Amino acid sequence: MNVRILLLALLPLLLTACAGQDKRILGGDNQVELRNMQSRTFETNDQNRVVRTVIATMQDLSFVISNADAELGTVSGMKLDGYNMKMTVTVRQKSENQMLVRANAQYNLKAIEDPAVYQDFFTALEKAMFLTANAVE
Amino acid sequence: MSKPICLALMALALLFASGAGAAKPTFELSTSTLEDRQQQTRLYETEDEVALLSAGIAVLQDMGYNIVTTEKDVGLITASKNVSAKSGKQIAAAIFVAVVTGVDIATDKEQQINVSLVTNRSQLREGYLARVTFQRIVWNDRGRVSRAETIQTPELYEEFFDKLSKSVFLEANKI
Repeated sequence: MNVRILLLALLPLLLTACAGQDKRILGGDNQVELRNMQSRTFETNDQNRVVRTVIATMQDLSFVISNADAELGTVSGMKLDGYNMKMTVTVRQKSENQMLVRANAQYNLKAIEDPAVYQDFFTALEKAMFLTANAVE
Repeated sequence: MSKPICLALMALALLFASGAGAAKPTFELSTSTLEDRQQQTRLYETEDEVALLSAGIAVLQDMGYNIVTTEKDVGLITASKNVSAKSGKQIAAAIFVAVVTGVDIATDKEQQINVSLVTNRSQLREGYLARVTFQRIVWNDRGRVSRAETIQTPELYEEFFDKLSKSVFLEANKI
């Protein structure tokens, strides 16, 4: 009897655990919201320049770049500072004179879903683009 | 409420409070950004970015790194190596602690060093800028990560750029 009660009590826990595992693998249901907070457009048609500026910005933010692809416009890097932060940034043409930059990052074992954090990254990227455009080093 | 429960709750409250104060993810530029950039960057008076990257690959090979990825169109080389992290000082301290207190403390055993070298045309002067960054993950003798950090020792960057300068010269002269 006691075993049956115990199993019944554990059942909801096991069910939510399974749902939790799926969410960990597939992510949440907030695709649109995520894309919005992780993306910005820049008025330029020079993809290579934007990729190089993304790399420079990530280095400024203490990331060590682990991979980049000029043609696909992807840059990945890792920051270690007592924690492990991983980030991938993609740069692709949105229109004739616009580049879409999207960043997604992970802090230790969790995806970063705080818009303020991404805003900080794009602020740093804007500054770097400004530096490049105005030849300041 | 009994005293032990009260104490346990207080301890839990303290634990949560300290958790709330833990480092939060941030992409804000720090005040040391410019200083770090200067330490990690050198100008090379060359118009040949690919030759500079080749010299970078050669110097990383000299230093025993395995090249992980290269992308010349954005001026990137990444490399890594695993080396010992054993420190005589740390082992001596562990022996001292073990003898005095009987406690066996962990010591560093192995580390993985990751490095990225990025080149960019200088906006102010003729030539290309090379920026290098090193980071490491250290595991202790219990197999746990004991440290994960960006390496910021100025001497290390100085020495790397000395070697890169030599490598640029050697490559230019096909040595």
